[in-house]
Amino acid sequence: MEKFKTLTAIACPLPLSGVDTDQIIPARFLNRTRAEGYGDYLFHDLRAQPDFPLSQAAFAGARILVARRNFGGGSSREAAVYALLDYGLRCVIAPSFGDIFAANAVGNGLLPAVAAADDVEAILHSLRNNADPVSVDLAACKISMPGRAWGFTIDPVWREKLLQGWDDVDLTLSKQAEIDEFVAKDRVERGWAWL
Amino acid sequence: MASQTGDTLFEKIWRTHEILRRPDGMSLLWIDRHYLHEGSFNAFDLVARRAARVRHPELCVAVADHYVPTRHRDPARTEPSILEMMTRLASNTKAHAIRLSDWQHPAQGILHVVGPERGLTLPGLTVVCGDSHTSTHGALGAIGFGIGASEVAHVLMTQTLWQKPPRLLRVTINGALGPWIAAKDMALAVIARLGADGGRGHAIEYAGVAVRALSMEARLTLCNLSIECGARCGMVAPDETTFSYLRGRPCVPTDFEQACDLWRMLPSGPAATFDLEVSLDAADIAPTVTWGTSPEDALPITATIPDPARMEDAGRAAHARDAIAYMGLRAGQSLTEVTIDRVFIGSCTNSRIEDLRLAAAVLAGRRAVVPGLVSPGSAQIRHHAEQEGLDQIFLQAGLEWGQPGCSMCVGMNGDIVSPGERCASTTNRNFRGRQGPGARTHLMSPAMAAAAAVTGHLTDARPMLAGRA
Repeated sequence: MEKFKTLTAIACPLPLSGVDTDQIIPARFLNRTRAEGYGDYLFHDLRAQPDFPLSQAAFAGARILVARRNFGGGSSREAAVYALLDYGLRCVIAPSFGDIFAANAVGNGLLPAVAAADDVEAILHSLRNNADPVSVDLAACKISMPGRAWGFTIDPVWREKLLQGWDDVDLTLSKQAEIDEFVAKDRVERGWAWL
Repeated sequence: MASQTGDTLFEKIWRTHEILRRPDGMSLLWIDRHYLHEGSFNAFDLVARRAARVRHPELCVAVADHYVPTRHRDPARTEPSILEMMTRLASNTKAHAIRLSDWQHPAQGILHVVGPERGLTLPGLTVVCGDSHTSTHGALGAIGFGIGASEVAHVLMTQTLWQKPPRLLRVTINGALGPWIAAKDMALAVIARLGADGGRGHAIEYAGVAVRALSMEARLTLCNLSIECGARCGMVAPDETTFSYLRGRPCVPTDFEQACDLWRMLPSGPAATFDLEVSLDAADIAPTVTWGTSPEDALPITATIPDPARMEDAGRAAHARDAIAYMGLRAGQSLTEVTIDRVFIGSCTNSRIEDLRLAAAVLAGRRAVVPGLVSPGSAQIRHHAEQEGLDQIFLQAGLEWGQPGCSMCVGMNGDIVSPGERCASTTNRNFRGRQGPGARTHLMSPAMAAAAAVTGHLTDARPMLAGRA
């Protein structure tokens, strides 16, 4: 997995709350394979609206997205994360995220940065007036624009995973002896649970 | 070790599945049941990329549900893109020796209906699936939660998952539900109270006399909707209702009564504590429908569409304005004035036999004035309903009697609500475009959807049920 340390990039404001994963990528595009890419379908139906921020020239090439509360709730579709990444985004800043979306994001090197609602409003406001690049420093949990800075939070385990680019499967396979020991005991103690 | 009287249902199950805990608080959890569907192909691709094998195929169960046609089962009438999804699932499961109920199989149905129905989901288990409504399985006293494709691949390769324990939320519903008030009404009332993200980061345990009084099928509906308030999972402690439901089902343990004795030790102890407690009085719960584009936009059928101008919170007002515009409604309009274009009765939320019986009780001897589709949750339920004559009631009312699958809840099989059309739906999400681009969805119970079909507008089903069912 690609590591995430710092990022300075154009940030696109998406001043909406409750952007669920059905909005991020509608269900009818989920039969595509990862090799075919999902970027073209990011916010497919929302993009049809006039003045959708991501369609504006000022935010072309954006790698950061700033949204309101409960971003990525709903369906567990990991394609929502694939669509954001394939489009070129590496970080979403919002006051809160759907749990499954956030886990999927971290597993793919996309940073879900939780900022205070007031700070998100301040960032959205700044982005309305100019498209200055935004910097995100994961080690310091800091978001900054020229002359201004805000903090953000992320679970420390997830922060470390993103910083190191850890892969869970490799980590788990290194624990195979412990898993085997658990299985041997579990088959005896909870035989009823096995098929 | 913590005392048994102070442990919650969730903690007891978690502890028996913890293989190890890292100093940073992450636990490696053993997974007892892994459900897979056509959408799991991304995860199989990840397994293939590592040239890995599935570690415990015997603990994986695949069922075709998301893309299966629900208006017929004829390959000749099926889109090539749908057939391709059926083929992908068949070849992936075959390559890894995973049992599959494909779209022509007699045990096919919606995973979250089939798992409990076959006795695959049991109390005390950990259950995962690449689908957010895996919370359904918690109704049997299991920890069931949805995961993404990378985690599905991780479970395929290791039968484990890294997880941090969520916070615990107890939702206590005491008192008695009024006549004809359903688990769907209860769940929508809980979501309206907590908000669409009020359960975020939490495992919910539903408790209280009104929850204990629910049938197993009603508990499945209640837990199914836990994800709609953002919770990781929802659970009901196992009891005699759970054991009676499971007894005799094909995949339950052979030493069933002995297992029941173990499961009787699972409920939260009297001294158990939760990070958050919320209480509702069942008597306050009315037939509930959604008006907006989030499941939290739920109100009693007697209410009116809210007025954004009167909302103090600017964010809520903005959401309400957008939702009212998308839904084609006006502030102050009575919910019962909202006319509908079609109905859908089905989905992992409300497609079980009790759901179909209630819808049929409303529809018996009446005609629907709008088109509608009834999609039973499984082939077994379909058969059961036909034996009871429910199919004839739906057909005589003018509705279509379909096949089992996710169908019009998510529209992946092509059964969609047309742009601008308004659907009274027993499903779980009223998101923009969920049932098709531009579709307008109102969530409600099966009885309420049936009543709306008869009158052509959102309707209190209670008078139509008087003296019936």
